[in-house]
This record gives sequence, C-alpha cells and structure tokens, in this order.
Amino acid sequence: MFESLSDRLTQTFRGITGKARLSEENISEALRDVRVALLEADVALPVVKDFIEQVKTRAMGQVVSAALNPGEEFVKVVQEELIHVMGDSNDGLNLQVAPPAVILMAGLQGAGKTTTVAKLAKLLKERDRKKVAVVSADVYRPAAIKQLQTLAKEVDALFIESSADEKPIDIAKRAVQTAKTQFADVLIVDTAGRLAVDEAMMGEIRSLHDFLKPAETLFVVDAMTGQDAANTAKAFNDALALTGVILAKADGDARGGAALSVRAITGKPIKFMGMGEKIEALEAFYPDRLASRILGMGDVLSLIEEAERKVDKKKAQRLAKKISRGKKFDLEDFRDQLEQMSNMGGISSMLDKLPGMGQLPPAAQAQIDDGAFKKMAVIIDSMTIQERQFPDLISGSRKKRIALGSGTGIPEINRLLKQHKQMQKMMKKVSKKGGMQRMMRGMQGLPGMKGGPGR
Amino acid sequence: MSDESESKPGLWGRFKKGLGKTRGQLAEGVGNLLLGEREIDDSVLEDLETSLLLTDVGVDATTQVMQELSQRVQRKELNNTRALHSALGGLLKDMLAPLAMPLSVAVDAKPCVIFFVGVNGAGKTTTIGKLANRLRNDGNEVMLAAGDTFRAAAVEQLQTWGERNNIPVVAQHQGADSASVVFDAVQSAQSRGVDVILADTAGRLQAKANLMEELSKIKRVVSRLDAQAPHEVILVLDAGIGQNAISQAKEFDAAVGVTGYVITKLDGSAKAGVIFAIAQQLPKPVYYVGIGEKIDDLQPFEPQVFVDALLAND
Repeated sequence: MFESLSDRLTQTFRGITGKARLSEENISEALRDVRVALLEADVALPVVKDFIEQVKTRAMGQVVSAALNPGEEFVKVVQEELIHVMGDSNDGLNLQVAPPAVILMAGLQGAGKTTTVAKLAKLLKERDRKKVAVVSADVYRPAAIKQLQTLAKEVDALFIESSADEKPIDIAKRAVQTAKTQFADVLIVDTAGRLAVDEAMMGEIRSLHDFLKPAETLFVVDAMTGQDAANTAKAFNDALALTGVILAKADGDARGGAALSVRAITGKPIKFMGMGEKIEALEAFYPDRLASRILGMGDVLSLIEEAERKVDKKKAQRLAKKISRGKKFDLEDFRDQLEQMSNMGGISSMLDKLPGMGQLPPAAQAQIDDGAFKKMAVIIDSMTIQERQFPDLISGSRKKRIALGSGTGIPEINRLLKQHKQMQKMMKKVSKKGGMQRMMRGMQGLPGMKGGPGR
Repeated sequence: MSDESESKPGLWGRFKKGLGKTRGQLAEGVGNLLLGEREIDDSVLEDLETSLLLTDVGVDATTQVMQELSQRVQRKELNNTRALHSALGGLLKDMLAPLAMPLSVAVDAKPCVIFFVGVNGAGKTTTIGKLANRLRNDGNEVMLAAGDTFRAAAVEQLQTWGERNNIPVVAQHQGADSASVVFDAVQSAQSRGVDVILADTAGRLQAKANLMEELSKIKRVVSRLDAQAPHEVILVLDAGIGQNAISQAKEFDAAVGVTGYVITKLDGSAKAGVIFAIAQQLPKPVYYVGIGEKIDDLQPFEPQVFVDALLAND
C-alpha cells in the first residue's frame, strides 16, 4: 500500500537533496509533485489543497537545522503534516460501558464490513480477552447472514442467529437480549451495505443506532476508494455520529489516500486497518507509522508489535532455554520457527513493513514467496521424529522417502538440511556469552537497517 | 443480444437520478459551474479542472482535457461558458464512444464461457445474478459456476441468485479448487447444451501475485475443454474506486486477458470518472453499468447518457 506515493515523494526529495537551502522555487516544484502524488493516491481534492497550504507555510518558515540537508528537512515537514492530518495519535476502541458494549458497523456495499466484523471479533477475543457475540442485520444481500455465521465459527465468536425475514430492528433487539443472557462483553452488529444517498436505508441504520446506543459506531471504508470517500464519509458521519473508521483492503497496491480524506473530512480517528485475506489481518492504525510508510521509511514498530502478539511465547522460551543449555537446534525447532513466521502473515507481510521495501521494483516484490517456507515445513513433516532430532541420520534412501512423502525432490531436501545447518551454527554463536550483541553489531552494517528514508 | 438501441423509457431519468443525487453535497456538479453565459476566465477553467478531479477523472486525463479546452479558448473557438460546456460534453463523449459495445453471446460456442473477475467487494456475484436474468429473458439457456470457493457463503449467495432466476448452479464446498468447479461446470454445460455459462471467481487484490496466478490457472484448465474459452473475461469495477481502477484493469488484463468491463454501484454518489483514464490506457467495451440492487438494475452502457448525467444540471 502507498507504494507509488512514497516512490514519488522519494523521487521529489532526491531532486531537492543537494541544493543549498529551501527556497520558494525548489519547494514549489516539490509541492507540485506532492499535489499530483496525493491526487493520484486518491486523496480528496479539498484535503490536498489544505495539506499543500500547510506544508508550504511550515516549510517556508522552517530553519534548516544543522544536522539535516534541505531535502531531509522537507521530508520532516511533510511527514509531520501527514501525521497531523491523519490524527496525532492512535485511538483504541472505547468499550468502557455496561456490557454488552455494542459496536455498530456501517459502510457502502462491498467495503468489507462482514469480514472486518470477524477480524475485529478475533482481535478483541485474543488481545483483550473479551467474550464477543456477533449478529448480522443484513437481510438484503443473499447469504450475508450465512457468511457471518461461517466466519463466526472460524474465529470462535458467539453467533446470534437472524433471518432474512426479520426486520433489522427486531434482530438488534433480540441480539442485545441474547448477548446479555450469554454474558457477552461485546456485541458486534453487522449491517447491510448502503449508499449514503439512499434515504430509506440511511433511516434504517439511524433507527438501529438510536436503539442500540452503540459504544462504537465504526465506518468501514475501502482503502481503494476515490474522491467519493470524502462525500460518503461526511454523509455517514452526519447521519450516525461515527466514533471511528476502519480502513479495509489496505494491503492492495499503491493507494490509500482515502485514509487521509476520511480523517480530514470527518475528524474521526481511523482505528484499524485490514491488511489481508487472513482472519488475523487487522492492525491498529498508527498515523505516525503510516506517515513513515508513506514516505518509504518502513513500519518497524507494527512488525515488533505483531511479533509479540503472535509468537508463541512458551515455545520461544523453551527454545531459548534449550539452546542456552548447549542443546542443539534440531529440525523440530526449525519447523516451529517456520510456523511462527507464517503465523505472522508470512515473509511477504513482514517485508512489507521494513524500510526501503517500497522502492523494490514490483517484479522483485512479487518474487518473495511464502510458498517456499510452506514447502520446508511439509518436508520436515514428512520425516520421522528420530530424523528431526538427529538430522545426521538422513541418508540417501531416507531422502528418497522424504521426497516422495512431501512431493518434493532430493535437491530441495539437501537445501533444507544445509539451511538448517547454517541456522544451527548461528544459534551456537548466540548461545555463547555476548554472542547476541556481536550478532546485532554485525547486522547494523546491513543496508536499510537504520531509519532514514532509505537512500 | 441487441440492447444497444433498447433505451427503455425512464432509463435516462433513472440513471441521471442515480448520478445526480449528490448535487448540493460536497462535490459540485460540473454543470453547475458552467451555468449561464459567462466570459471564460482562468477561474472558470480552474473550477472545471477541480470538478473533473473530484469525479476521479485523474490527473493525466484531466490535464489532457483541460489542455484541449484551453487551446480552443485561446483560438477563440469557445467564447462563453455555455460553449465551453458543450465542448466539454462532446470531448468526454468522444473519449467514451469507442467503449460502447453490447455484450454478444458467441453463438458458435456451446457454451459461451464468461468469467467474472475483480477485487473483493466489487460486485461480481450480484452482477452475475442480474446478468443471468437478462440473458435468460433473451432466450438463452444459462448456467452459473460458483468459482468463488474462498469467501464464506459466496457459494450460497450465488445459489440464491440461481434459485431466483431458476437457473442451475454448479458448486462445490467452500475451500474447493476453484478451477475444478469451473471445469466441472463447463463440462456439464457442454453435455447439456447450455448456451452461456457465467463463472464467478473469488475477489482478489491485483497486487497478490499468487492469487492472480490462480486466476490464470482457471483459464488454462477451462481452455482444455474448449480452446476458445473463456470467450469473455469481464472485469467488474466498483464506481467508488479511484485511480486504483487503472492498476486493476492492467493487472487483471495481464493475468487473464480482460475483454470488457462492468461498472457497478453507479447509483451512489461516486461518478466513476476513472473510466476516462481507462478508456485511454486500456480501451475495452463497457458492457453494462449497475445502477441498483434490484434484479433489473443492470443496464447497457451509453456514453451519451453517462456524460449527460455527469454534466447535467437539474
């Protein structure tokens, strides 16, 4: 996401770098590029105009600090303004009401409401340890209720039945009752997609809102939305008094200006963004991190947070203990590592957040393949327990059997064993005293490991 | 099918109503800016540019239109806002005219296989439901293939449309191989002598290389049954999507060879101006536009109607 915007800004700043001072002339060139970039990223025109004005005013008055060149100074100004437009800090959900705290979802058709309900339910269950109930008041789209039912089962949330013959308001009334008797902490109400210009449908959701008195009313907006994001967000906000926004499908390519527009027009915080097809792919929205990402500076903080949430801590501790006792890092451990990686959305999702990745050519990015890791796990699955613990046992005939079992070939197995050997060596180094520090020092020399707009 | 000339009474008004609803909201209609006869000055041109950008026409296409118009203003061909208005209308219509082409079911193909592709939530399944009804009313024997095996309850959603239209739906369970579902459907359509098969596919973001590859696979597998199949690959575009629609058109075309477009949700406040950019970069017929949730809310694309609605002032 945002790739082409960051590409373009990086390009613009390259032009500025090297000039002595920020002058009206060189800024105006950069500002024009920023304007075009923002428009191409689908930021709403009124928002673009305000933004450009603010950046201009600030950049002109800016004293270039001794530590930075004019280009870096400009990046800083643009970045700070971006953060400012998207809201200065992250706003979580406010569910501090008598349970069940109701979350009402609203948005256009196909924005991604139902999928987001399931992702949100999973997040609240896992991160906040809430008991979550979900209900669908979408009596219009065929099989919408069935869709939520299937997803609820997948995330293990309490699904409250409803039927297409019922009125949405009756569904809501019944759902609140059921949520109470089942002692649910949170009740998420999915609604049908509707156009902001459809008065009858907007009236319907307003009456749902009046009855439910939701703790949170969340507007789900497709990250690919164009200029209309501003109109629609304003109309929904006027009708419903939104409390927040969720940016769905933010893992697509090169867009996301809708985030800036919606925030600027409604003044309501963006609380989460949907980052993929997997059910855990919902991330908290941090304007500062996103601004860094827009500018091609990576999003390392989200990566760390995600790792903390998804990595199985017990397993990690067990491994650390085992290694520090001088035990070997065997194939079983290797497999666990692979699994943890895929829990975090796979290598491509992790790389997405690293600095400088936006500048890789798209063809190179497409090459990054999660399939290879899956294949490695399958190969290890095809080994006996003994083989996993003592890889040296694996002879030619065993390799043949493993290749057959995993549907791979002998070269792939050799590659895996070699990679494992290398990791074993690395682990040995880490387990020695001071090994970790030595390794980290070594890594700092790698390009792109330290901040800066990756140039 | 011959719905090109079929301009139902009330269609224009309905379409215009759909597109006109936003007037008075945030984005001003282009027409309002040009109302009445005024001298053309820089601020008129600037307002015009603003209006085009606000309907998602995009920077490149807008720049091109504005250059053309201001040249004609300089040559004194256009003297007042009214003339400017009609020149703009003409220009926009000319850009879209090549895209107006009806969908014709290949008669020599039994069945004519039509794929529906697009990003998540574009409106593929709903479009299939509406088109199935339309094709059947034209006397075709239609069959649906539930190729979206990924999204929860997508199969049920298509089956509901099948029941409404009384049309057979070939489906497997959720998580099944989508290529095998479509293959089965084409095979059974061949033996039953079905005329048209409409194949749904799971929504996918065009940046996901592996999912795009899956789409190519469906195409490969189906072409084993009929070398010409799929006869049509329709990219479903949400009117609300901005400049990303261009990337969608490019990437889907690269993966499966798009033969035409359907624009959905034109009854909202989004005006789908991005179609002008698409008309320049990847011109293919726009077969239909979706203007509502009812079964007959799928209408042929008429550039005249589209542009008039965009520029109209009521």
